Amino acid sequence: MTLIAANLAPSRWWQSRAVSRFTRHHLALAGIAMITLLVLACVVGPYALPYDSLHIDLRARFAPPLSGQHYFGTDPLGRDLAARLLMAGRVSLLVGFSAMLLSTLIGTLVGVTAGYRGGWVGAALMRTVDGFLSYPSIFLVLALAAVLRPSPAMITVIIAFTSWMETARIVEAEVRSLREREFVQAARMVGLSRRHIMFREILPNAMGPIIVAASLAVARAILLEAYISFLGYGIQPPLPSWGNMLNGAQQYLASAPWLAIIPGAAITIAVTSFNFIGDGLRDALDVRDDHI
Amino acid sequence: MPRFLLNRFSQSIVLLVIVSIIGFTVLNLMPGGPLAQFGLDPGMTQKDIERLSEQLGLNRPLWIQYLDWAWRLIQGDWGHSYRDGSSVLTVIGRHLLATLLLMGTSTALAIAIGSWIGIRGATHRYSLFDYCATVGAMVALSVPTFWFGLIGIYIFTLKLGWVPAGNMYAIGDGSVLDYLHHLILPSLVLSLVHVAIWSRYMRTATLDALTQDFVKTARAKGVSERRILLKHVVGNALLPMITLAGVQLPSLLTGALVTETVFTWPGMGRLFLDSLGYSDYPVVMGLLIFSAILVVLGNLIADIVVAVVDPRIRLS
Repeated sequence: MTLIAANLAPSRWWQSRAVSRFTRHHLALAGIAMITLLVLACVVGPYALPYDSLHIDLRARFAPPLSGQHYFGTDPLGRDLAARLLMAGRVSLLVGFSAMLLSTLIGTLVGVTAGYRGGWVGAALMRTVDGFLSYPSIFLVLALAAVLRPSPAMITVIIAFTSWMETARIVEAEVRSLREREFVQAARMVGLSRRHIMFREILPNAMGPIIVAASLAVARAILLEAYISFLGYGIQPPLPSWGNMLNGAQQYLASAPWLAIIPGAAITIAVTSFNFIGDGLRDALDVRDDHI
Repeated sequence: MPRFLLNRFSQSIVLLVIVSIIGFTVLNLMPGGPLAQFGLDPGMTQKDIERLSEQLGLNRPLWIQYLDWAWRLIQGDWGHSYRDGSSVLTVIGRHLLATLLLMGTSTALAIAIGSWIGIRGATHRYSLFDYCATVGAMVALSVPTFWFGLIGIYIFTLKLGWVPAGNMYAIGDGSVLDYLHHLILPSLVLSLVHVAIWSRYMRTATLDALTQDFVKTARAKGVSERRILLKHVVGNALLPMITLAGVQLPSLLTGALVTETVFTWPGMGRLFLDSLGYSDYPVVMGLLIFSAILVVLGNLIADIVVAVVDPRIRLS
């Protein structure tokens, strides 16, 4: 009896069904491994590398990778590419992650309100979401980035302001289905306030899709930041970001292709990791999805 | 069905109104707002600016300004470019075809390649091909389009010399072959993300269709090849594809902007960036709203086509 009970009620979170479903997803585990390595490299790397990212050495400019001391080569000013890459990684990953937090916050607020209130409030909010979704994201972000001061904080806010719609849609759908459940009706009968029901009863039960959406939002935010930094309207030099490293590398494509290949590979690895993790989370947390 | 069409049409009108409100908000965020072009004129005094404000009606309540602006938009007066004074719609019109060409070719390629990969992955489920296709699709969705474009240029232009690196056509040579020569690499680069999306869709749709009863019937009838079966399978997958194509329009436009920049393709995306660099705000705003209208119209057309073609909706 106790054996059955012990199997039915896991005592630690890492023994739960969701976690075991997640760990069966090899790609998701690979994603976690990749992003952990990447984050560790970006945080610790600059201290471990022999060269500082700001150290200009004009005698060693355009050194190809694996030549001498510079593992990834050097850029046009002789700065070590590996060090620059990791410093840029800090900026890109931080912007991506923060933008995700902000956009998830906004999206969840809008989604919960729209899903629970329903009626014309819900309809108006969701139409607004559709309106925002009709704008190609990069057009909106570029227009805003060009008129507002392009500090990293402002870039984060702008990216978040154009990414919250996906989360809002997912949350609204989830809340709408949870609204009719018995525990919500019970809470209403007991007389709990609307705000309490929305955020203390319904929201905790909607966390699954929100977490999945959050992981995919980081991927999208990192990509969007890379796009606008590449176009010159994102993170401004001298602050390095993977996107603006690629901007500088464009003109040297024929002579020094590693300047373009390596930062782009870093972006791809980071975004792929979050996409893998998001996929694994979706399999682990979304029970209704019939995975073919 | 007429009621469905009317419903859908009025939904689009509401969406267009919301789109215009969002656009109007962004417009007023532009430095100097509608008076930005005069801000640089050293001869302007504060009194002049106030007089112009009143003339242009900028001290009226915001919602009246919005209605006035929206009415002018509907009539076709989108303002004039700061660069050469021509009307914004004319400027956009000059670059529209190039972008549509790029987007259209890219979508056609994406559907063709993606469908083949997806169907093959479904019929050879869990094979090495299927696994590579699935993982490859996820990686393709994570690759920055401009990076892929730069690598494409490096391999196919700089190393192999097969295709030119930019522009829509070579000066002096306007033949169709020349256009195709310039079109192929940008289209392929733009199509990468969408190949991934279409392959994933086709895989799911094929697997769904293969479990249906009409497939069992066809097999029992002895329908010769899986090839003919694919006709049924693909036929059923076709309708949602139209809707999916409409949904992908915003990301297609985003990718087009980036691709046009890398390949100096003379389309709307490059126009947007150039105008941004010149602070040519009328064109910037015009393009912003134009792209959103394009998306809304695209989705409306997709839904109408589906409604017309789908016998279930047509006969309801």
